[in-house]
Amino acid sequence: MTHTVSVTRKTLRRLSLTMAASALALAAVAPAQAAENGKFRLGIVTFLSGGAAGPFGVPSANAAKVVIDQLNAGALPAPYATKGINGAEIEMVLIDENGGATKQVEEFRNLVQRQKVDAVVGYISSGDCLAVSPVAEELGAMTVFYDCGTSRLFVENKAPKFVFRTGLDAAVDNIGAARYLAATRPNTTRYAGVQQNYSWGQDSWADFTAAMKQTLPKADAVESQMPKLFQGQYGAEISAVSVKRPEIVHSSLWGGDMEAFVLQASARGLLDDATAILTCGESALERYQGQAPNGTIVGARGPFGAFAPQNALNTWFTGVYQNAYQMAPTYPASKMAQAILGLKHAAEKAAKAPGEVPAPAAIAAAFKGANFESVSGTVQMSRADGHQALQGISYGEYHFDAKTKKAELKNVKSFSGSCVTPPDGTEAQDWIKAGFPGAKCE
Amino acid sequence: MNSIYAVLIDGTIYASWLFLVAAGLTVIYGVMRILNMAHGSFYAIGAYAAASMVGWYFNGDGAALPVWGSYLMLVVCALAAGLVVGLVIERGLLRLMYGRDEILMVIITYALLLILEDGMKMVWGVDPYMAYQPYAAMGRSVLGGLKVSNYDLALIVVSLVVGGGLWAWLERTNTGKVLRAVIHDREVAMAMGVNVALMFTLTFVLGTTLGALAGALTAPAISVAPGLGVEVIVLAFAVVVVGGLGSIEGAAAGALLVGLARAAAVHYAPELELFVIYGVMSLVLAVRPQGLFGRTLVRKI
Amino acid sequence: MMRLDRTELCLIAAAVVLAAGGLIAPGWLVFLLTMAFAKALVVQGVVMQMRAGLVSFGQGLFYCVGGYAVGMGGHFFGLTDLAVLLSAGVLAAMLLAMVLGLLLTRYRDIFFAMLSLAFSMILFGVLVKSPQLGSTDGFNVVSWTLFGWSPGKDAAPTTLLAVTLAASLAVALLLYRYVQAGVGVLCEAVRENEVRVEYLGLSPRWLLYSNYVAAAAVSALGGGLTALAAGHIDPEMAYWTTSGEFVFIALLGGTGHVAAPFLAALVFAVVRTYAIEFVPHSWQMILGFTLLGVIVFLPKGLWSLFSRAKAKGAAAS
Repeated sequence: MTHTVSVTRKTLRRLSLTMAASALALAAVAPAQAAENGKFRLGIVTFLSGGAAGPFGVPSANAAKVVIDQLNAGALPAPYATKGINGAEIEMVLIDENGGATKQVEEFRNLVQRQKVDAVVGYISSGDCLAVSPVAEELGAMTVFYDCGTSRLFVENKAPKFVFRTGLDAAVDNIGAARYLAATRPNTTRYAGVQQNYSWGQDSWADFTAAMKQTLPKADAVESQMPKLFQGQYGAEISAVSVKRPEIVHSSLWGGDMEAFVLQASARGLLDDATAILTCGESALERYQGQAPNGTIVGARGPFGAFAPQNALNTWFTGVYQNAYQMAPTYPASKMAQAILGLKHAAEKAAKAPGEVPAPAAIAAAFKGANFESVSGTVQMSRADGHQALQGISYGEYHFDAKTKKAELKNVKSFSGSCVTPPDGTEAQDWIKAGFPGAKCE
Repeated sequence: MNSIYAVLIDGTIYASWLFLVAAGLTVIYGVMRILNMAHGSFYAIGAYAAASMVGWYFNGDGAALPVWGSYLMLVVCALAAGLVVGLVIERGLLRLMYGRDEILMVIITYALLLILEDGMKMVWGVDPYMAYQPYAAMGRSVLGGLKVSNYDLALIVVSLVVGGGLWAWLERTNTGKVLRAVIHDREVAMAMGVNVALMFTLTFVLGTTLGALAGALTAPAISVAPGLGVEVIVLAFAVVVVGGLGSIEGAAAGALLVGLARAAAVHYAPELELFVIYGVMSLVLAVRPQGLFGRTLVRKI
Repeated sequence: MMRLDRTELCLIAAAVVLAAGGLIAPGWLVFLLTMAFAKALVVQGVVMQMRAGLVSFGQGLFYCVGGYAVGMGGHFFGLTDLAVLLSAGVLAAMLLAMVLGLLLTRYRDIFFAMLSLAFSMILFGVLVKSPQLGSTDGFNVVSWTLFGWSPGKDAAPTTLLAVTLAASLAVALLLYRYVQAGVGVLCEAVRENEVRVEYLGLSPRWLLYSNYVAAAAVSALGGGLTALAAGHIDPEMAYWTTSGEFVFIALLGGTGHVAAPFLAALVFAVVRTYAIEFVPHSWQMILGFTLLGVIVFLPKGLWSLFSRAKAKGAAAS
């Protein structure tokens, strides 16, 4: 007991010295390389561990690697044929997004202030995007969110300057899903939902039910189940949904949860009687192997992955990705490629001389309202005052050929961006409830 | 339709899975007094081993191989994974730590959990594994209007066999009696000539194998992905604490209680599903602080 | 006037040195220090209970209460004053602890650990179910003022570091006295043998109760400071892995001295930051091995490096 209280002054002096020394050591280790070495340092943040790593994070990180390598080799088709970004070689700093928003704020500061990156591309989790966005504005750090879907991002960050999002708002997924059902299954009367019990699932269900009231006013939501995130076992939920006899089962489950749910619901016969519409279903296209019944409706959160259009950039991207990883790129990979290409476009527009790495403010000014070519076609940064991409969304039916063991998409329907995206200044829920005023659909 | 009936079926299926997951945890605690945070990782290792081997089994030599071979594969994978991992960890690490504070042992297994999580990523990568063939091949039955997967029904039988086997082993065999002596008073058992070190190794390997078996048997019904193990730890802890630490009957009762409560919540009050497990745990502990089948500890002066 | 002994003077000196260092340190380091010290306060709460033989796997509960008090105070009640926000968190946590403590102090060992975890997870569940609080996404904390003065975005980080250091110092000094005083010593006695304490005519349960409430207050202070520094709060603060991290840091430092949690939190932050940077794919493994190494070679935590050196020095002289 006594030893715990009587510590000599020497020990404590040593402690304060250690603390000061470690602080100094840290400052010294901090690379001063950064901006001055003529390279374009690019921070990439995505899930490398945890449940989101397999379906989203690692395919995105892989896409970033292959795109950056190809950019540095100058091997892209036009209009991205210049080496690196504006002739400057790209240096990637990869960070794991796992561990919660507080930690991501810390890591973001490290990236910008210690690693001195010229821009950050990343973030899948909505919570991380919401937390990082004000820090990015405070530090004046050029930041591109490539995947997170929360509608709150530009509601809370009202006057964005350095924050951009090249991925779509999650409301688009669910408005698109409701429109797809209206177009292909107008006689639907009963639908149910299975979502993960967290913001993403709750928001998805709220947007989807509101949109269904507009597009299919006769259909009723007969059951809503919210199992917790990463539950993996859906026996009771499947029973509870089954007894309500829905025709459509909407689900925003993703990754392993979504695959497990499809497997179990299919084995339990729920998907014989009802058709599932999976807003994130495309990411497992190659893995279902017929375990998802033919006709299951899948989405890719935009014109990405298997829904990406035929163009020179997409052919190039699919080719190099397939070469490097022996599989076709899924939607998170396409979205990562899109974010990097958008950044390159803006940086090169902002640069005055070749080889120059423009300042964040200049890149941001050039990015604002830009139109750039991407693997998903032309992207218009035309929402949220030029900081949010406007793109359409597609849904299609999964079909598996048991003989060739190949999956394909049938009955694909696409909806243009202005058909599924609320105009600036209107919150998604209000826009849906008002009956999509001003929507232009072909 | 009759929801009570559905609750009973869903609840029993879920309970049988919970019991399989929790059995290894309670065995290790009962004998060794180690609350094993890495138990979820053993579960995940079993799942990964099984999923990758079943995938290989069906992909390797065409589709000509009989399905029953894959069930054998599941069990063999679990036994092999549990044996190897259990032996390495017990002999290589835990053996050096016996006699340390109980809390310190918890933290050692927490460190193991962190290491194993990344270790699994190195071995199996992050891509999900789907080994659905054994699950899909069994088909389904219709029980009173409710479609149920036969594989899930088979799990109930398996957990009954595992539970019965463990009970019989502890109560009816010689080794079991010796083990109970160790549980009751380690020091006296040692003084009576019991090889406690050997008993510990045996117990730990048994515990890891049970964990791996739970994972292997779950693998066909899910998509095996990183983070799998972390999700089951708290669940298994809750079941074991509700039932009383170290008691097989307790784990069974705890699993049944939690399983039925959860199924009832899903059917009648989906909003409460998130709280059910913690609610049951708090209620049981408020009434019986040592759990349903827990022994009251003698207070030493 | 209060007389300070050498340890206390050294603690004050360390805080002043660090605060002065904050003025010249780069931005990321200021942030790292602020977060490490705020976290260390939560860890102090864990360590206080560890001294009495209880391990809380739910200290995230009070960390979260402190954080949400700061966030909600700013968002819903228009409060921006740092002192008011932090006090609100501490008060809320103490009230909650007073209620929960009545039940929790009946439990020991793993039952205490699991029940504290259960309460923390129930709060997590409630927050996840509250869309007006942003569910799992949480929400951003409004910028704070200090007695009417609003620091610009350049002065805010250093000011917050200074505030965090001052709070840490105050807690450290208080705890230092607390450990030496009767109550602190009795907590250790409860850990060693509860029945004997009863024979002395004292109530271990009452001791543990007051200790529990005090630990909750300290942890909530840490939570509030974290929220102010990070600028964002979410229910993950109450998730059990967060609480696990606090126990991790507590054992890393050891229970040997009030300064140990601060040292451990700093080491933890540095190891994690560099592990994430250099091995982004397996940083958890690095943490795991660090913890194992500390347990195997320094069973009494990092602090034993100092007390051991001291013992050696004493033997030599």
